Amino acid sequence: MIGKEGCLRLLRNILQSSPADQTEALLLTEDSSLTRFAHSAVHQHVAEKNQTLILRVILGKRIAVVTTNILNPSSLKKCLAKALALAKVQHPNDEFVSLPKPRPIPEMNTFSKTIQTLTPNKKVTMIKEVLRLVKGEGFKASGAFSHGEVELAVVNSLGVDAYQEFSDLFFHLIVDTGGSSGYAGFVSRDVDRFDTTALAREAIKKASRGEPIQVEPGEYEVVLEPYAVSELLSFLGYLGFHAMAVQEGRSFFCNEFGKRMVDEKVTLYDDGLDPKGLQVPFDFEGIPKQKVTFFEEGIAKEVTYDSFTAAKEGKESTGHALIAPNTEGPIPINLFMKSGNSSLDEMVRSVRKGIYVTRFHYTNVVEPMKAVITGMTRDGTFLIEQGEIKGPIKNLRFTESILKALSRVSAVSKDQRVCSEGTVYSRRFITGTVAPALKVDGFNFSGVSAL
Amino acid sequence: MKELIQNVLDSAKLKGVDYTDVRVVRRQYEEIEVKNGRVEALTSDEDFGFGIRVLFKGAWGFACSSNVTKREMETVFRRALKIARASSKAAAKGIFFPPASPRVDEYKTPITLDPFDVAPEKKMGLLLKADEIIRRNKKVKISEAFLGSYKTVKTFASTEGSHIDQEIVECGAGIAATAIEGGEVQVRSYPNSFRGNFATRGYEWIEELAIENHAERVAEEAERLLAAKPCPSKMTTLILDSSQLALQIHESIGHPIELDRILGTEASYAGTSFLKPEMVGQLRYASEKVSIVADATSPGGLGTFGYDDEGIKAQRVPIISQGRLVNLLTSRETAHHVGKESNGTMRADGWNRIPLIRMTNISIEPGDWTLERMIADTKEGLFLTTNRSWSIDDKRINFQFGTEIGWEIKDGKLGDIVKNPTYTGITLPFWNSCDAVANRDHWKMWGTPNCGKGEPGQVAHVGHGAAPARFRNVRVGVMKAA
Repeated sequence: MIGKEGCLRLLRNILQSSPADQTEALLLTEDSSLTRFAHSAVHQHVAEKNQTLILRVILGKRIAVVTTNILNPSSLKKCLAKALALAKVQHPNDEFVSLPKPRPIPEMNTFSKTIQTLTPNKKVTMIKEVLRLVKGEGFKASGAFSHGEVELAVVNSLGVDAYQEFSDLFFHLIVDTGGSSGYAGFVSRDVDRFDTTALAREAIKKASRGEPIQVEPGEYEVVLEPYAVSELLSFLGYLGFHAMAVQEGRSFFCNEFGKRMVDEKVTLYDDGLDPKGLQVPFDFEGIPKQKVTFFEEGIAKEVTYDSFTAAKEGKESTGHALIAPNTEGPIPINLFMKSGNSSLDEMVRSVRKGIYVTRFHYTNVVEPMKAVITGMTRDGTFLIEQGEIKGPIKNLRFTESILKALSRVSAVSKDQRVCSEGTVYSRRFITGTVAPALKVDGFNFSGVSAL
Repeated sequence: MKELIQNVLDSAKLKGVDYTDVRVVRRQYEEIEVKNGRVEALTSDEDFGFGIRVLFKGAWGFACSSNVTKREMETVFRRALKIARASSKAAAKGIFFPPASPRVDEYKTPITLDPFDVAPEKKMGLLLKADEIIRRNKKVKISEAFLGSYKTVKTFASTEGSHIDQEIVECGAGIAATAIEGGEVQVRSYPNSFRGNFATRGYEWIEELAIENHAERVAEEAERLLAAKPCPSKMTTLILDSSQLALQIHESIGHPIELDRILGTEASYAGTSFLKPEMVGQLRYASEKVSIVADATSPGGLGTFGYDDEGIKAQRVPIISQGRLVNLLTSRETAHHVGKESNGTMRADGWNRIPLIRMTNISIEPGDWTLERMIADTKEGLFLTTNRSWSIDDKRINFQFGTEIGWEIKDGKLGDIVKNPTYTGITLPFWNSCDAVANRDHWKMWGTPNCGKGEPGQVAHVGHGAAPARFRNVRVGVMKAA
């Protein structure tokens, strides 16, 4: 960790050296570790220290972005020179207006010092306790336990000057009986909320319901756990909840604002400031996060903006910029679905014949305008008959419109859960969705796994 | 640099580790994205760092840093050793890591023109020209063009005495036209979806792609798709073009044959495989028309290199011979499970990731059909091209794909186009239903630059040589049932 003063000093020095009309400098640092286990043994344990500078320079309306992780003075000088050289040969982007001006950023604590107590030995000890519980049932465990310290700093030549430190921890566990499997996952900024025993029991309970039987594909009532719901919501965020998708005419929201699109029990929003989620005070342009409501009681309301998409409509950014250059759009990363007044048990009891889904796997878009996606169920799929879980079933493939499914929501749970796959590729910045469980009165399963 | 690396390896030997390797990797990217007549992204990315892998008392430890100094290397080595010590308390018994002969060598991708020597202005000009041709079609609302250049310079050194320097150069380009009308969105792209086609070649590859020559056609086909009839829902004969067959190979052969998945070490994320080591030599994976090789030496393939990231030389290995499974993708640690030595597939996504078993170029061997004869020989069916979506279960059994466009086949001739085509199947019956593979004239190498695996996530660049192939009794039109 470089620290607030160190990060901002480094970035401000770059700004001072830049002759560009506008300059933005972003620094993302990471000190992280990840431990994986399979067959009830640790097989991979890695640690990483990295720091990435992303420099965006603007000459008139010519924009270039240069990234480096070499932060010595000569490299920084070279990086700035490279950015300026690229901007000079770049074509002007007539739709660009300006980098954003600064706005007050809310203060919040997104760092838990206890994250630093997670030494390799301590993590292995915690994993061993999980493995002990799983072995005690005669099952095998696989999973991952990762934690990290991340710093995000953004400055620009218009006065944006933002810094925040984050801690994060994610854990996921699959318990395998040989014929059946169960899942539990956890993500938080706070180690103190981490309860390995409860997670082990959750996954063990899922796995220990016997051998799966095969049911025929078709349309069923479903009870979706928050893990499954969060996956569906993330696709909506990617496909349609942001201004670029609407401006390009490829969002399911096009021409639908103000209309009821899904059931009135569905209220969906993005809120980086809500402490129930993985809080983030500002976006990757250093602009404070605003709450943006996509569906309010089923009615299509609004979308997220970054400075570029906002300027096209004469609006202000809602604080949803991603790392430049972002050609995908200001995709929301702090999704919430409002809770209801039901519970998982009540939902199951209300099902005559249906499917209970813990999570989905390898989902992908089939038809974007209808938000049709396909994917498989995984690690805890059960048949429900006459209000009771009868037993595990072989994994099913679904091909369904998320919007259609949300139009058929008949119950929303009171309890919510922060869900995240914790997937980290080149840059660590853990995001999560706060989701309840749902009962959906009609969900299309189009195939079944043969083994 | 050599001295810094040797210093770590000497320290490792003094500490009594079983094995240590050091990788120092510098990567350089340049990407240009054009959308609707504007260069939306012009980026340059440099990434440099080192990773140290330690095997100690039967457990692995890995640590890495972007600060490449002697002191930091010593610190990171100690961290890796500490991690290995901790992990040994919960590691599996009896990790078998056989020694490898030390190799001192170097490898460079053979290229004619370094893509980093070509001015960005020229690249932007090419993309803007193609983009402008696409936008002449008024039904097209989003026109896109992409060009990416990548260079990786890496050094591998181990306590066994290996020291290997490699320079891998890659580039690729593509265009896409998105037609939108009345709530209908249809995309056509060239040479492939999701940014184009990529190869371990120089800028001559970009010139050969001639993207501007295909701009008008992709725009027209996107427009035609708006008014096309939906893909029928039925069981039928399916002919896949080579680009879609490449992804079919990737998902339903390439991933299932990764021995680490088979042994369960990817269970918590990407999943496992329906295969077991003892199936090698026994399982009829596909019809006798199908032979698959893993070939890390294939010229231009995106999975082509000199040595893997465990110091094993690149190889060409038969995987499926006339339908029978004969080998898997292996590493030094896993190969003994099939009674073999590593076939050199361990690759890491940069300095900050450990090597995993990754596909190299997993390719189907050409058959003896022409595409024209294959279509003429088909009474009724569909011809599908260019992937649009993909999904497969965690054991790689049940798959579903969508393509950008399809053509009906009736009485041996291509008929109307169909929109939103999808097909689904089960891996073994599907591959065993293959009754025709097109010949060498139709065989192309496709680069897949976005293969995800591992935790923390890693993206591998892999290749697939493929020719059009025909499959019988396939369920198409899954959308209609949705």
